[in-house]
Amino acid sequence: MTTPALKYQSQSVAKLYFIAAMVLFAGQILFGVTLGLQYVIGDLFFPYIPFNIARMVHTNLLIVWLLFGFMGAAYYMIPEEAETELHSPALAIALFWIFLIAGAATILGYLLVPYAKLAELTGNDLLQTMGREFLEQPLPTKVGIVIVALGFLFNISMTVLKGRKTAISLVLLMGLWGLALMFLFSFVNPHNLVRDKMYWWFVVHLWVEGVWELILASLLAYVLVKTTGVDREVIDKWMYIIIAFALMSGLLGTGHHFFFIGMPGYWLWIGSIFSALEPLPFFLMAVFAFNMVQQRRRNHPNQAAVLWAVGTSVMGFLGAGLWGFIHTLAPVNYYTHGSQITAAHGHLAFFGAYVMVVIAIISYAMPTLRGRLANSQKSQALEMWSFWVMCIGMGIMVLALTAAGTVQVWLQRLPETNALGFMATQDELRIFYWVRIGGGVMFLIGQFMYFASFFTGGQHVLPGDKHHKHGHDSHGGAGSNPLHAQPAQRLNGRI
Amino acid sequence: MSQVHSGFTKQMARNMFYGGTAFFALLFAGLIFDSERRIPERSNDHAITPAVIAGKKVWEVNNCIGCHTLLGEGAYFAPELGNVYKRRGPDFIKAWIASMPTNAPGRRQMPQFNLSEQQLNDLVEFLKWTGEINTENWPPNIEG
Repeated sequence: MTTPALKYQSQSVAKLYFIAAMVLFAGQILFGVTLGLQYVIGDLFFPYIPFNIARMVHTNLLIVWLLFGFMGAAYYMIPEEAETELHSPALAIALFWIFLIAGAATILGYLLVPYAKLAELTGNDLLQTMGREFLEQPLPTKVGIVIVALGFLFNISMTVLKGRKTAISLVLLMGLWGLALMFLFSFVNPHNLVRDKMYWWFVVHLWVEGVWELILASLLAYVLVKTTGVDREVIDKWMYIIIAFALMSGLLGTGHHFFFIGMPGYWLWIGSIFSALEPLPFFLMAVFAFNMVQQRRRNHPNQAAVLWAVGTSVMGFLGAGLWGFIHTLAPVNYYTHGSQITAAHGHLAFFGAYVMVVIAIISYAMPTLRGRLANSQKSQALEMWSFWVMCIGMGIMVLALTAAGTVQVWLQRLPETNALGFMATQDELRIFYWVRIGGGVMFLIGQFMYFASFFTGGQHVLPGDKHHKHGHDSHGGAGSNPLHAQPAQRLNGRI
Repeated sequence: MSQVHSGFTKQMARNMFYGGTAFFALLFAGLIFDSERRIPERSNDHAITPAVIAGKKVWEVNNCIGCHTLLGEGAYFAPELGNVYKRRGPDFIKAWIASMPTNAPGRRQMPQFNLSEQQLNDLVEFLKWTGEINTENWPPNIEG
């Protein structure tokens, strides 16, 4: 089978990764809605699926599908960036199945065996690593993740080494190597809880607010290079500025997690100052995306991918930047730490920054993996609707959780005497939790619309179509564009 | 947007990234090194008995963090337990865990973990020790 829209045949391994990512994404949201319902119907599915199990499935699926997405993105982008076939497509396919089966077995383990039993069966006594938020995976799974990551990095690094080395592929590689190296701290679990938490953040914060931002920036840069035709020099420069600010603020920004877990008091100052700077890279990212689209030299037929790319920069800024900032200063965080405000921030940040960028690359790459330059107008229209439904659904959820968190702080944290207890406060928050479920269900609907767009027919843009050669739209008028996009303005590509 | 050459080149941006990252990574490493030295005093490291260690394991292998928070981190579904020893005392904690689930219709339910008397005591010791960590006076009040 030939897919002429693909420049390198080995890019096609990405398709497996993207499909698996989307299936796991569906599972993640189903468990998310279940969790939302358990907030108001406390005994739902009890004792079969207690809240802690459902939550573990929800968060672990998120991590695993984002990793599938990142790996798929790398397998897709790197051959094109390096201008050479993948070092070993067979290794990529083998690692895919190993990761998928191990991931599925882990999730089934969570659902079918009591967690303490699972810990016992999987050798947690040999090296205790389980039972810490997000790092709940049994020891064999953790070891498996390391093995898969090493094989994947070997494959990707060898490909880059033998080919052209672009800024985008170097930054992506740095991000992916950083991700794997930081994961090694998940094996560190000291007896002292303060130390345990400190090293735990080495994985969690330095992933999400560190090396993952390199991956995010390179994915976004890649999609913008491909869809706008703006000079690489300009896009590379933006990418470096963004990741420079991301790491310069994010490394010491780890301090905002060290406020109240027993770490020295100076972290209150360091964490406040540097995490206040953390919105900056996300702000730059939004300016960057809009700028590049404005300066575009071509109208790519895949406008849905452009929408996701611009969308991730805006939602990333709102979620990771703004919603992070509202509770990041130590005097504020003293009251909001561990409240529903944290949940609101976590949801919007993950969706805006990481979920949407993976969807952006899938939206760009999937048509080419299926032998098209872009999907039909009908399919793209549905996809763009799914974008808005998901974003608004997420927005409703986040506003509801923010309101819940504010009232929670008001009732439970602020009063010095006669503060309401935790469960009594939760009873007062039920209305917000119901609104959150509404947002969650809307998100689920948006997600199904997105999936449906994969199966929507119509006249797809094929490589043979006139005026469309290898994804490069001509600079011609709207009449030549099957999607009737506006003619591009031609600027000289400077910032 | 402006077509004027800004003079700030890609190479300069790249150097800012490498230089800035290296500088802040070293600074971070230095601060972590210092924190490591202070953790024993701030957390009463000397008071970590075998029971506290065993209690932490009970906490972990039953995935308590999947519903509760501990020092503000975890899930937000069930109460903060960093200060539960002060709020409720040892006997209440043990009796509460032993009597789960409440089976009250519609209420949030905590599973029955079938902990032994020894495990309950260890868990209480762990929560007692956790409550003595210097957390900069967090949480703001006893309700956690």
